[in-house]
Amino acid sequence: MSEAVSALGNASFEGFATIRELGPVGMITLRAKHDLPALPKALKTVLTAELPERRRIISAGEVRVGWMSPDELLILLPYAEVADRVVALTEALGTAHALVADVSDARCLFAIEGEKAAQVLMKLCPVDMAALERGELRRTRAAQVPAAFWAEEGGLRLVAFRSVAAYVMGILTHSARPGSELFPA
Amino acid sequence: MSTRLARGGRLIDRNHPLDFTFNGKRMRGFAGDTLAAALLANDQMLVGRSFKYHRPRGIVAAGAEEPNALVQLGTGGRSEPNQRTTTTELFAGLSAASQNHWPSLEFDVGAVNAAASRFLPAGFYYKTFLQPRLAWKHLFEPVIRRSAGLGRPPEEPDADRYEQAYAFCDLLVVGGGIAGLQAALSASASGQMVMLLEQTPHWGGRAPVDDVLIEGRPAADWVAATVASLEAAPNVTLRTRCMAAGVHDHGYVLAEERVADHTPGDGRPKKRLWRIRAGKVVTATGAIERPLPFAGNDIPGVMLASAVRDYLVNWAVSPGDRVVIVTNNDDAYRTAIAVHRAGLTVPAVLDARAEADGALPEEVRSLGIPVLTNRAVAKIKGGKRVTGVAVCAQAGEGAVLDEFACDAVAMSGGWSPVVHLWSHCGGKLIWDEAQSAFRPDPARPPITHDGSAMVAAAGSANGELLSADVLADAIRAVGGEGPAPRAQSPEEAPTEPVWIMPQGATPALRSKMWLDYQNDVKVSDVQLAAREGYESVEHTKRYTTLGMATDQGKLSNINGLAVLAGSLNAPIPAVGTTTFRPPYTPVTFGALVGEARGEIFQPLRRTPMHDWHEAHGAYWEPVGLWRRPYCYSRPGESHGDAVAREVTNARTKLGLLDASTLGKILVKGPDAGRFLDMIYTNVMSSLPVGRCRYGLMCNENGFLMDDGVVVRLSEDSWLCHTTSGGADRIHAHMEDWLQCEWWDWQVYTANLTEQFAQVAIVGPNARKLLEKLGGMDVSKEALPFMHWADGTIAGVPARVFRISFSGELSYEVAVPAGQGLAFWQACLEAGTEFGVLPYGTEALHVMRAEKGFIMIGDETDGTVIPQDLNLGWAISKKKADFIGKRGMERTFLASPDRWKLVGLETLDGSVLPDGAIAPAPGSNANGQRNTQGRVTSTYWSPTLKKGIAMGLVHRGPERMGEVIEFPKIWGGVVQARIVDPVFYDKAGEKQDV
Amino acid sequence: MLILECPCCGVKAEETELSPGHEAHLKRFGPGSSDEEFESYMFARKNPKGVHFERWRHSYGCGKWFLAARCTATLEVFGTYPAQTSEPPPDIVARIKARRPEWEGCK
Repeated sequence: MSEAVSALGNASFEGFATIRELGPVGMITLRAKHDLPALPKALKTVLTAELPERRRIISAGEVRVGWMSPDELLILLPYAEVADRVVALTEALGTAHALVADVSDARCLFAIEGEKAAQVLMKLCPVDMAALERGELRRTRAAQVPAAFWAEEGGLRLVAFRSVAAYVMGILTHSARPGSELFPA
Repeated sequence: MSTRLARGGRLIDRNHPLDFTFNGKRMRGFAGDTLAAALLANDQMLVGRSFKYHRPRGIVAAGAEEPNALVQLGTGGRSEPNQRTTTTELFAGLSAASQNHWPSLEFDVGAVNAAASRFLPAGFYYKTFLQPRLAWKHLFEPVIRRSAGLGRPPEEPDADRYEQAYAFCDLLVVGGGIAGLQAALSASASGQMVMLLEQTPHWGGRAPVDDVLIEGRPAADWVAATVASLEAAPNVTLRTRCMAAGVHDHGYVLAEERVADHTPGDGRPKKRLWRIRAGKVVTATGAIERPLPFAGNDIPGVMLASAVRDYLVNWAVSPGDRVVIVTNNDDAYRTAIAVHRAGLTVPAVLDARAEADGALPEEVRSLGIPVLTNRAVAKIKGGKRVTGVAVCAQAGEGAVLDEFACDAVAMSGGWSPVVHLWSHCGGKLIWDEAQSAFRPDPARPPITHDGSAMVAAAGSANGELLSADVLADAIRAVGGEGPAPRAQSPEEAPTEPVWIMPQGATPALRSKMWLDYQNDVKVSDVQLAAREGYESVEHTKRYTTLGMATDQGKLSNINGLAVLAGSLNAPIPAVGTTTFRPPYTPVTFGALVGEARGEIFQPLRRTPMHDWHEAHGAYWEPVGLWRRPYCYSRPGESHGDAVAREVTNARTKLGLLDASTLGKILVKGPDAGRFLDMIYTNVMSSLPVGRCRYGLMCNENGFLMDDGVVVRLSEDSWLCHTTSGGADRIHAHMEDWLQCEWWDWQVYTANLTEQFAQVAIVGPNARKLLEKLGGMDVSKEALPFMHWADGTIAGVPARVFRISFSGELSYEVAVPAGQGLAFWQACLEAGTEFGVLPYGTEALHVMRAEKGFIMIGDETDGTVIPQDLNLGWAISKKKADFIGKRGMERTFLASPDRWKLVGLETLDGSVLPDGAIAPAPGSNANGQRNTQGRVTSTYWSPTLKKGIAMGLVHRGPERMGEVIEFPKIWGGVVQARIVDPVFYDKAGEKQDV
Repeated sequence: MLILECPCCGVKAEETELSPGHEAHLKRFGPGSSDEEFESYMFARKNPKGVHFERWRHSYGCGKWFLAARCTATLEVFGTYPAQTSEPPPDIVARIKARRPEWEGCK
């Protein structure tokens, strides 16, 4: 009857970096010990993806698989595919001890783009952005809320909880205001 | 008078004049001026009044140590009190006003305090508190309150924006003088990530002012070249206008950058707080010159010798045509040279030492300036401005030998290394006898996470005052290699400590020798404190308020503790210093707050239907960080009337509640049932798939911490509903036990709270609405009370729970959050014919209270066990263990002699005051009235048309029918009968239809 | 403000990314325990000035609990290790003894 909508209806802001709310984006949380024998095969067959190393996020086409903790992965994929993939992953893992859940609607996703994108997060996250490696998924806080981010072509992607999407948009736009670059020039 | 010189001024741009006002008076300065320099250039030496005696106060220093020249800067949304003119950069249109005077700066009524100063000695406040008590209340306090205080707090919201930023480096160098520059240069060569901070807008510190030559050229050239090579280095970050406020644990340094202080309204953040994590910190923070304690040393026109030459050299400002210099060291002779070079007159240099034969004194003599040794200031002549100096022998008691007319006095009592940042995290100091100063003790540095030294001091901050030594010390501080650049400056003879001038000064003179200019603490005050038994420097500080002003004693502390040591006949290092605490100079609240203002003051959690509620008259109630509609008021309707309408509508027709905020935690695994049996007081492992069960959670103490409906989803998975504010807390609680106690149990949890929007559909027409929306069989037979089912409603994937928190026929429908608003609107649209209305949290509360359902946080307060709430039925007798079981077994909890839940019904039908406590006969050991119960929930029931309440009453359930009294807020008592807490539909028939 | 390295995800987390969980290596006493045992479990805390073992949760990161050995007086950190251990691991104990020869051990 109705189409799913993202938390902010794809709001955007142009500052010294561009902020865009994306979505709706499919997200699946998968909890399992990473040495579970059935896990790599399930990722391979259902998502054609590898198991990421510690604190890595890997891409396979439109799919991203991120290492969230020693027993948790975050999978990003097109929203329309979530229901089928949840079922497929659950089946592929069989009787192994694991939890697969659709969290697409529990999260919000932002793109922070432009050459100075990292400066936006330098104002919000206690993370050494210069040391962020390609393909690293960093969980931390953005001002007062939990967040996770990684580098993508053209900038950064940041995931947070849906209920605080407006707050996250607020802190990102505050930090990206024109003229407030940390390193002008 | 003070004035602008026709030539010179290395920091000003005479092609860019700037207009500004002081106390409404129009003045003109130049780009590059500090406000202090511009004021002096306009002959405004008098800039404020002191805190206690309202003495006239002039500019003393040229940097962050300035105690006097504080002003109210700006107006309206940009008004700031206590801004130091010496660190405020001039900009066009700046407006400043002097502080702490009434009615005007020139004529101040409070100055009568000065005449009464012998009645306002050290400890005046403490003593006045003691006797006579009435005098304090009616006489002293009103007078002090009117006259005390510096600037005025701003009255409008701050017009500016602020932000914070995180930075990481291997080495943080604080201070951009030649020591800091050299340290950064040496460290950068080794490839470390280096960050260099300078609090002023300029690099180079004092060296360019003090005629230092480096590699045979003026220091300014070396500074420019070094800055250029640091700017070119990819591993170095440089920041000016950035003051390192404090050094904290594990290399954490807070620094305040003045981004747009000097360009207000240009859209940039006014200030930025840097939160820096450094591997190591080098403090190259320089040294601060000490004043000399002589009579009248607070009269405007008496300045630090270094400040006089700063104003001359940096800003081409003359503090006066005739400048007398008084010193105990060679460095101050540089000021004599600078004054002479500017074409002004030095009537004499008064040197407290017996001899002054070094290179600098000889150079001064060669300029024809009289150098008088063993001489001191007997007193300064003048009121609001210096007019002359009376000279005496330093060795004597103050007999006047000579007088010089002058309009400024440049004083130097030697130099104190800036050891603040070294000391913040526990770095210790040693007393340097040769320089009469405390310096960092390299053997006892502050340490960091691995036990190694966290901070190294370099250059003057480390007690090295000669330029050649400064540069070598900077290289040593960073473990650098290679020879230091060759710096040339004249040899200097030792400083001779002078803590009182003259050394045998009479009491009359000592009561005019200021130590702390801002707080009006004099030599006589510290001596009085010592006589009254204050031997600890920390006690003396608090008794006299020495060093407790906004400048935190940068000029006064060493002189003050030396005077204390002298009074106690103790060596200075035995007296020690007071504790150095951050910030080095005040940090504005705006920078500490950063972005957290207005809409983003704190994260506000919104449900998918938030905007709809907002648009439909929601009166918000904060629940944790969520906002939930308390009620939806119609125009002209009171909140109370709205609540009554919403309750009645839900009980008679159909109500909708946004229940999305309820916590929803998925628990899955082979050991999930066993785990939930530990988490809940009742048994969850036995719950059949497809069923719901109300459960209680206790902490290890046995106290009730959360409740909610648990749902068995499948053989190995359960969905646990928590209270609205409790989801994160309960999820963390579960993970704690799983990770730290039962880590071999196979259980995973996932907090799915925000995945779903949840709508409670409540009332006799609830089923009709769902049937109309269509897609699922929600009949009594297909979906009985306390069952759930998955399906699709109105085309939206839905999970439907037959649970009720209102006592009515009720379904809670969970749909994906992304379709929550659409589903909510579909319910409203389809429900029109059934009389649907949304209701808020207050209607929810009223309905649950009518049913006698408890609410976590109302009926519980962290000291209540389930048995107190008659919930013993939900505590398993069969389970060997669950969290809280052992705690509940403690005798005082297992006792029947406790306050327990009952209903309370007022005899007159009124509503009991919330939280009212029922007194009992007699009094306790403290003479307080005994109590026997309290109200935990109380409402007007629109259903029953009377006040209803729940409360915890001593042995309440055994006292049914008894009447007890509760006091009312505005006096009188209200009588209430103890009754069953279930007021409405005791048989529970309505929810189970 | 402390930095502790989370042994579960390897992030050197600052204190604002962590939640403190008080003393580590407590033994739980449940039903059947004596009043003294229960009191020791619930309330008796060492609160030493010096070497201390604590629970921390990487709450703004991987969400895992871990344990830390540090000095409460100097804030020196001797190491962090997984929460699924009932006593400090030997390498941490050795490091503490090297830095604090006077330390009497984990009692």
